[in-house]
Amino acid sequence: MEITRRDMLSVGGKLLMIASVGATFEQITGAEPPPDTYRMADHWWGMIIDIDKCIGCGNCVRACSDENQVPKDYFRTWVERYEVPEGYVNPRVSSPQGAINGFPPSQQTSLKSFFVPKLCNHCADSPCVQVCPVGATFVSPDGVVLVDKDYCLGCRYCVQACPYGCRYLHPETETVDKCTLCYHRITQGLTTACCENCPTGARQLVDFKDPKDPVHEFLRENKVAVLKPNMATEAKVYYKNLDGSVR
Amino acid sequence: MFTFRAVGVRVGKFFRDSGHLIRPAIVLLAGLGLFMVIRGAVVPKGFGQYGHYRPGALAAIRQHPVVYAGQATCVLCHEEEGKVRATGKHAHVACETCHGPLAKHADDPAANVPTLPAVATLCARCHEKDTAKPKTFPQVVTAEHSGGMACNDCHKPHNPHL
Repeated sequence: MEITRRDMLSVGGKLLMIASVGATFEQITGAEPPPDTYRMADHWWGMIIDIDKCIGCGNCVRACSDENQVPKDYFRTWVERYEVPEGYVNPRVSSPQGAINGFPPSQQTSLKSFFVPKLCNHCADSPCVQVCPVGATFVSPDGVVLVDKDYCLGCRYCVQACPYGCRYLHPETETVDKCTLCYHRITQGLTTACCENCPTGARQLVDFKDPKDPVHEFLRENKVAVLKPNMATEAKVYYKNLDGSVR
Repeated sequence: MFTFRAVGVRVGKFFRDSGHLIRPAIVLLAGLGLFMVIRGAVVPKGFGQYGHYRPGALAAIRQHPVVYAGQATCVLCHEEEGKVRATGKHAHVACETCHGPLAKHADDPAANVPTLPAVATLCARCHEKDTAKPKTFPQVVTAEHSGGMACNDCHKPHNPHL
């Protein structure tokens, strides 16, 4: 049989098609990691805290400490127990070791008493970011206040500027450290370590840019407050049923 | 300088003493050039892309390893425990809240075997009577409640109902 020019082109064309399909298939199933699907512009992170659900167990503090290797006796989140006498005069506030092991039981019945979990408020207009002289701390495009530890000088201006006392100088790196809202977790679809481990669901990570997020109902249906609203920091940690004595 | 004076004479009376201007201008330009070179060397790559900070910091912070694997990961293997817990009061307590951080165990179940938590301290942290706790939350004074027995003699932690 004689192979004509026409046969050659026909067979060659078919082979080319098979090869290209094969190549595409290899691209789909190849061992390449999936592309980064997280888009910062689609998120605006914050947290909601229900005071009436907090039992002061300290699971959030331990979880945060384990997840982020927070040095001993330093805290990115902590729980305070308020014991408020009538008339709001001199409330007693305690937080033994940041409540990392919970609280010693109080049988005090004459005082109004409750727990307040605290963490970085991830302010949209944050004083700590404004005072940094080198641009080592910043609000990320998805609304998380972060520290660039490779760029931080350790001058501690931001530690003083934070009205909520949420920053510390890391004793080993001697750069400023703080709550990252578990940025490494939330950018891959997990919740923060503290929210993951809150047994009563008192604290919950929220995304204000997600129209289906429960935060919208939470803010609409409840009496909520932020800490130190007079500082105009645009804090993004909202407390439900926060008592007036809390500072 | 003679040359500059000569130039000045040629351009006109106005630029007669232009040496006074040209020399500082050269110094200024050289200074500006030096500034640009040093600035290019010390300002990190991409600085200012999103704001007054290094965009690389975002990627660096995301590199931090995950320590708590998360609820969804645990029940992939421990399906049975997940089902038991879902029917009880501890339905919304994550596995790692009691069992500790176990992302390493999730990566390699054989090499990182978790130990059982110490029941006495674990249960008391949440359930010891404290007036600051919400009134609706189940609390006991452990010393009076159990008579020295361990909590899990009666209550099974995954579903604590008797």
